[in-house]
Amino acid sequence: MKALAARRHDRRAPVVLLLLALLLTGALYAVLAPTSADAAPTAATADQVETGEKLFQANCATCHGPDATGREGIPSLVGVGAAAVDFQVGTGRMPMQMNGPQAPAKPAQFDEEQIAALAAYVASLGAGPAVPTAEQVDPALGDPASGMALFRTNCAMCHNAIGAGGALSEGKWAPNLWETTPTHVYEAMLTGPQSMPVFNDANLTSEEKRDIIAFLELQGNGAPGGITLGSLGPVSEGLWAWVVGMGLLIGAAVWIGARSS
Amino acid sequence: MSITPDHGHDGHEPGDTAGSDVVLREGEDAVEKFPNPGFGPHRPRRADVDPAAAKRAERQVVALFALSVLGTIGFIVAYFTLPPGDTIASMRTSNLALGLGLAFALLGIGLAAVHWAKSLMNDHEKAEDRHAQRSTDQTRAEALQVLKDGAQDSGIGRRGVLKGALVSSLALFPLTIVLPLIGEVGEDWNVSKFKRTMWAKNKKLTIDPTGRPIKAADVTIGSVVHVIPEGLDESEAPLDEKAKAVVLLVRMDPRDIKSEQGEGWSYDGIVAYSKICTHVGCPVALYEQQTHHLLCPCHQSTFDVADSAKVVFGPAKRPLPQLPITVDDEGYLVAQSDFHEPIGPSFWERLR
Repeated sequence: MKALAARRHDRRAPVVLLLLALLLTGALYAVLAPTSADAAPTAATADQVETGEKLFQANCATCHGPDATGREGIPSLVGVGAAAVDFQVGTGRMPMQMNGPQAPAKPAQFDEEQIAALAAYVASLGAGPAVPTAEQVDPALGDPASGMALFRTNCAMCHNAIGAGGALSEGKWAPNLWETTPTHVYEAMLTGPQSMPVFNDANLTSEEKRDIIAFLELQGNGAPGGITLGSLGPVSEGLWAWVVGMGLLIGAAVWIGARSS
Repeated sequence: MSITPDHGHDGHEPGDTAGSDVVLREGEDAVEKFPNPGFGPHRPRRADVDPAAAKRAERQVVALFALSVLGTIGFIVAYFTLPPGDTIASMRTSNLALGLGLAFALLGIGLAAVHWAKSLMNDHEKAEDRHAQRSTDQTRAEALQVLKDGAQDSGIGRRGVLKGALVSSLALFPLTIVLPLIGEVGEDWNVSKFKRTMWAKNKKLTIDPTGRPIKAADVTIGSVVHVIPEGLDESEAPLDEKAKAVVLLVRMDPRDIKSEQGEGWSYDGIVAYSKICTHVGCPVALYEQQTHHLLCPCHQSTFDVADSAKVVFGPAKRPLPQLPITVDDEGYLVAQSDFHEPIGPSFWERLR
């Protein structure tokens, strides 16, 4: 402690402290950041529907109503299908934390079994898209080249050319897709959550959806070279070029002009 | 010529005559000539007074030059030992090694030169007086005489045909540069093509890029389909035609539709609008299904698809043109006609 106390006025102390604080923040985040739950599709049983109804009444009925028909500004869940529930609850978007332009993804509040029960209950209210099978979302079976062409036409305008995400209007945004599970990507296309439009099987067939998933899987597996800077294009690249590049140039100019001591 | 520093000068003190020259009072004429302020006192650097410091600076400069040499050697070694190869990883390694070698090779020279000049070379300021630019009258007269003699000698005044030939050859020569430039700007000046697209009566709407026709019943509420006209790939210039004819198809609850650009142009809540922004022609395709707003990624023009694609935000001046659609006997979506106005940004022959 004595050595520390003696050195606390050292001019390097603030830098060392800052570095330590950054390291600590990073380490804490790595330890505490939750991993998203992966939902597996299972056949609905009467038991599940019953459990699901109980969960629904306790957690969802406040907004969506006891009969799940919604009200002004809150959508009815009759006919949205199990896929919509699995996506919204599985990615933590529902139950919604608070009102805002968009419900953000957060750690899922329910475990796989509970989500499956909720999905079974909502599916029992009216026919809707089901949770896709493991084969339907297996990236290994998809064609990433075809997926790229489809992604470019249908998805890239909002989600960025390689799925890095992007801004929409009035505080809404299209999220990054690299960490989204294939099942959730498939369900999002099928059900069109929040601002996203629907891409049903007539628009993008089941195989085409799998191609898109295969393409996204490749994009999420690291950049082929260089620093990606978030893959957001000229905005982040320009920021760094101006701040770092111009900073270095100005620093060099100052050094050249400064008098030698 | 050099001027030694003028240590006696102190022109900035109040009351000094030199200082008062600079101040302009009302009614006074502008100052004819400022006195030369001279150089400030020379302050020696550490390397000037301390031989050890000078030695240290010299070593630093040598080290920087050595860094440059190492960078060059590293570059050459990397060039032979790290070929780009076939994989992305090997290309990255090769590029990184070559780049670092080149950076150190050049940066070493630059830093060493600047450091040498700053710390070791003479830092006394020097000045050189300007000379008068005008030559003496005699030199000027002589030069003029040489020109006159030359003109006399060539006989350009007497030989009229020669003069004409010279002028014509000089005047015509630029055509060899200008003609191809203008000719290759583009052979196609038919602007009226922008007024029409591939869409025509009963042309089927198909999915981009697969070209599958679209059944109206398959388009569920909240769906967005990116549409190209049937037979696009067989057309003469598919990309040119696609650039004009792309359409965004949206289905919403028919009760949500506030207005459309023509009576009966939609089908049961399915509306089709041109995807080319009326601002500068970017593809507008960021559709938010809850607000029915369509956002252009380039300049954030926002169109309300539920309300005739009117501009609700941004620099676009006109709504996106609507494509009148209906269904054929088999239930496929078809166009009623072409767009009723030119698509895309304004151009000089646009009607409105």
